Amino acid sequence: MRTLWYLWKREVASAFQTPMAWVILFFLLLVTGFNFYAGVTMLNHGPSEVTVVESFFNTVFFWFPFLLLFPILTMRLYAEEYRSGTVETLMTAPVRDSQVVLAKFLGVLFLYCVLWIPTALYFVIFQLYTRHDAAGASGAYAGSYLLLLLIGMFFLSLGGLFSSTTRHQMTAAVMTFASVALFFMTGLLSFLSGHVGPFMQALSVTISPIEQMTQFSRGIIDTRTIVWYLVMTALCLFLTLHAFQSRRWRK
Amino acid sequence: MISVQGLTKRYGQTEAIRNISFSVDKGEVVGFLGPNGAGKSTTMKILCGYLPADAGEVRVAGFDVFGDSVKARSRIGYMPENVPLYPEMRVSEYLSYRAALKGVSARQTGEKVEDALQLCGLSGVRRKLIATLSKGYRQRVGLADALINEPDILILDEPTIGLDPGQIREVRELIKGLAARHTILVSSHILSEVEMTCSRVLILDKGRIVASGTPADLRERAGLPLTGSIRMELKAPASEALALLRTAIGDGSVQVVGTENGWTELEIISGEQDPREDLFRAVVANGWTLRELSSHRSSLEEIFASFVKSGEQAPGEEKR
Repeated sequence: MRTLWYLWKREVASAFQTPMAWVILFFLLLVTGFNFYAGVTMLNHGPSEVTVVESFFNTVFFWFPFLLLFPILTMRLYAEEYRSGTVETLMTAPVRDSQVVLAKFLGVLFLYCVLWIPTALYFVIFQLYTRHDAAGASGAYAGSYLLLLLIGMFFLSLGGLFSSTTRHQMTAAVMTFASVALFFMTGLLSFLSGHVGPFMQALSVTISPIEQMTQFSRGIIDTRTIVWYLVMTALCLFLTLHAFQSRRWRK
Repeated sequence: MISVQGLTKRYGQTEAIRNISFSVDKGEVVGFLGPNGAGKSTTMKILCGYLPADAGEVRVAGFDVFGDSVKARSRIGYMPENVPLYPEMRVSEYLSYRAALKGVSARQTGEKVEDALQLCGLSGVRRKLIATLSKGYRQRVGLADALINEPDILILDEPTIGLDPGQIREVRELIKGLAARHTILVSSHILSEVEMTCSRVLILDKGRIVASGTPADLRERAGLPLTGSIRMELKAPASEALALLRTAIGDGSVQVVGTENGWTELEIISGEQDPREDLFRAVVANGWTLRELSSHRSSLEEIFASFVKSGEQAPGEEKR
């Protein structure tokens, strides 16, 4: 537990000691800030069926930086340790592979949460100024941010898995972006309902982040979605552990 | 402290280490010597639990490196070649982190880090980012990291590689100073270095131990003269000098190496006795001028060359 804590601390510290975390935070807030502004402006133009929260989490301005976040956050996780050779000092200390994998995952997850927490301020500011609720029910906040966390867990663990297979950060980033985008695109299958079978359509609705966000940002929380993400995260972490251990057999 | 039995490691088709066995006792400083690619680093990585082996058994401080890896690793301070470090961390911060990973309690961490900083001459750069350190300081940080938890065993892979002569001397002194408290296995391809710091030498070539013993031991086994050779330069005709010196040294051989402007240069291989006094008297008695009289002990360098070239394997297979 102690070892895990120190490993985690270094992961988090290394993100904030370099400009990386601050640069990402700055641009993410810039883009989401614009997204929020655009959402409110749109709602100002007349009656609408969606709330501020729904409009915030369901636009291209939200999804685009969201998808870009994962390759950027995860590409260096293992690849950098392989490239610089620090994996050798790390793994000749009395540290277990599983502790390293878990610490890296929890570290990047923490960073991810830190990136999103400030966006909650938009809704606080909105309510303070307009004295209107930004969402229909308080569950909408919980749902939106819960889904953000769940998708984050899965995609971050997926990115970590790719990073653990290569010593080249760019390779990891490309693989991560491609797979994250692929999962995301399945949601678009439902728009082609005429051309795909009912099974594929059901599947796409179940695993599509867009569909899920439409539900969760209304405060409708589906436990299947929660289980899906938890299982996928666990699977990715398990595979990462094996990929990380395989360094011992590769040359 | 370290016991290696029948260790073999393959990278694909090539055998990096072939069935090597050796042991290191508590308090010894053992030098691991060999040309590049001899398998030094691979062996060290296996000892530290970083690489698995294809065959063989390795026990470190009583723990099986493969079965009880974490426990074995907690007893070893390892300094890899080229010392990979996290550039964004500060020196003292990095050492605290490493101390914590190696199980030093939070209460003791400050003290241990302070000790290591002092010992390795890092006090002046404790607040510096590792990225801004020179190669010499980086090397010292690696060394400080290796000994931060006062492990029983230090395994240092080429600790002086890439340093300037002054830094090499410093690091060498540091290692000598550590010998009192730790069992040390240090690799190098610089022979004089090993001779200076180590009580015993293992010579590796092409994945095998070709020789093992104290430098004196090896000298004897390589068939090189114990007292070494003597070089002399005097102002005398070559033939007369040769005749005189032959009688002066008794058993042994003398040969003329060169002549120049009336000076004759000779090489003398003597027997058990050091003949330098006799040589001097003989020269003085003849009224010749002497401008050089020096003794060359056969260095580890020659011993090393003789073992590696001849591909001699018999002495290396044995355990000490």
